[in-house]
Amino acid sequence: MTRSAVAIRNLSLSRGDLPVLHHVDLTAAPGQIIGLLGPSGSGKSTLLRCINRLLEPPPGTVFVYDEDVTATDVLALRRRVGMVFQQPALFPGSVADNLRFGPDLQKKKVDRTEITRLLEMAHLEPTLLERPATDLSGGQAQRVALARTLANQPDVLLMDEPTSALDPASRRHVEESVSRAAAEQELTVLWVTHDVEQARTLTDYLYLLVEGRIVDQGAPSHVLNAASDHTHLLQQFAAGELEG
Amino acid sequence: MAAFFESLDFARIGASMALVLAAGLLGWWQRAGLTRDLVMATVRSFFQLIAIGYALELIFARESISWTLFIIAVMLGVAAYTSAQRARGIAGSLVIATAGIGTGAVLTIGLLVALGVFRFTPQFIIPIAGMVIGNAMTTCSLVMTRLRDDIRDQRNRIEAALALGATGRQAATPIVRRSIRSAMMPVIDTTKTVGLIKLPGAMTGMILAGASPLEAVQLQIIVMYMLVGATAFTSLVAAYLTAQAFFTKTHQLVLQPTGEKE
Repeated sequence: MTRSAVAIRNLSLSRGDLPVLHHVDLTAAPGQIIGLLGPSGSGKSTLLRCINRLLEPPPGTVFVYDEDVTATDVLALRRRVGMVFQQPALFPGSVADNLRFGPDLQKKKVDRTEITRLLEMAHLEPTLLERPATDLSGGQAQRVALARTLANQPDVLLMDEPTSALDPASRRHVEESVSRAAAEQELTVLWVTHDVEQARTLTDYLYLLVEGRIVDQGAPSHVLNAASDHTHLLQQFAAGELEG
Repeated sequence: MAAFFESLDFARIGASMALVLAAGLLGWWQRAGLTRDLVMATVRSFFQLIAIGYALELIFARESISWTLFIIAVMLGVAAYTSAQRARGIAGSLVIATAGIGTGAVLTIGLLVALGVFRFTPQFIIPIAGMVIGNAMTTCSLVMTRLRDDIRDQRNRIEAALALGATGRQAATPIVRRSIRSAMMPVIDTTKTVGLIKLPGAMTGMILAGASPLEAVQLQIIVMYMLVGATAFTSLVAAYLTAQAFFTKTHQLVLQPTGEKE
């Protein structure tokens, strides 16, 4: 059996008295782009946050490269499992300051070549480097956020609806950057979306999450097949009725 | 007790009450709905101050250290409770406020006594403690509320920093710094402009009581420096403890559900 980059086994989680995830099982092989499709409030973000322990999962339910995340050093885990959020949330300072944030925490120097490589990966102009991070467009900011995460050289990348607020061109740039990183560096990606088209074109394997339960999984073409049991749900997605 | 009441000039106090009466009449005329609050404030201030005056007379006469410490503890308790009430939504806010205000008070007063600026006698220590604790309370409330609000507003940035491998403390550092700066600003500005804009309370009091202006100025300078110190100690302790209250040991951000309490 091949080694999994991320494995989730029978994960159930409540927030306060409210159950959010029910018996979730998920596996991601190294280099795979896994899609998590579901309406807002279905528990997708909660699931991602359990992987890098921004939320605490019960012990023995979430594994990264076969290590129980609750038994590993949380700071090392978060460097290994990067995350890009819906909002870029750049820090005050220049684009370069943002890119150096992660390595600086480990007292690692990032040389010019590495910075250029990161910018190129994220489809960003080198001229942006000294620009104040607050001066960027939404699309540029999100690509800087992606480059900032890649600067930590993660093995796993969690994408929490990173393109839902972007224009089509920026969205395509982010998708291309991540696909390339996955292919070239065996980066494993878990991509949360409620965009059916994105799930179809971008992901290698798709999980459909509804009300905290995995209701279907498989190749995107299989899950999104109009003949599947979820036709009604998918039509609602497509019509935007389940968004927001 | 009879002697104590004899020393009070009720005619003067009564005459000054004419101003409260005027305020009451203005409020009634403008239908400001303040009458009840005004009556309550006037009655409360009268009895609170008479009571503390009476208590201080007794304590000063006996030079009692234990009573002095007791009075300081009560001041600290009331200040911490008041500050904690203001800072709802922060886990352990009473402990944080007690630690913050207590550190400011103990370090400042301790230093002044150790350096021989004041003697540890009730007559000096109680009024000094009152000023320090009152000031530290304002600082503590400011730091705690500002930090709480900023952490909620900046939640995305904090989580982005955590996700990049920052500890809770590292993720909150910019916000902690800002809250300390904003708490220190008023006392620094007051210190800068003291004497130019207004004559501060301690100095005014001494001059009214018949001390020479130079004597009064000397005390005021000490008081200003003392308040700068107290503000610095209190804001530092309150800021770091408050920031810590928002993170778990595994560096997860925990926002307390406070909507219904505020």
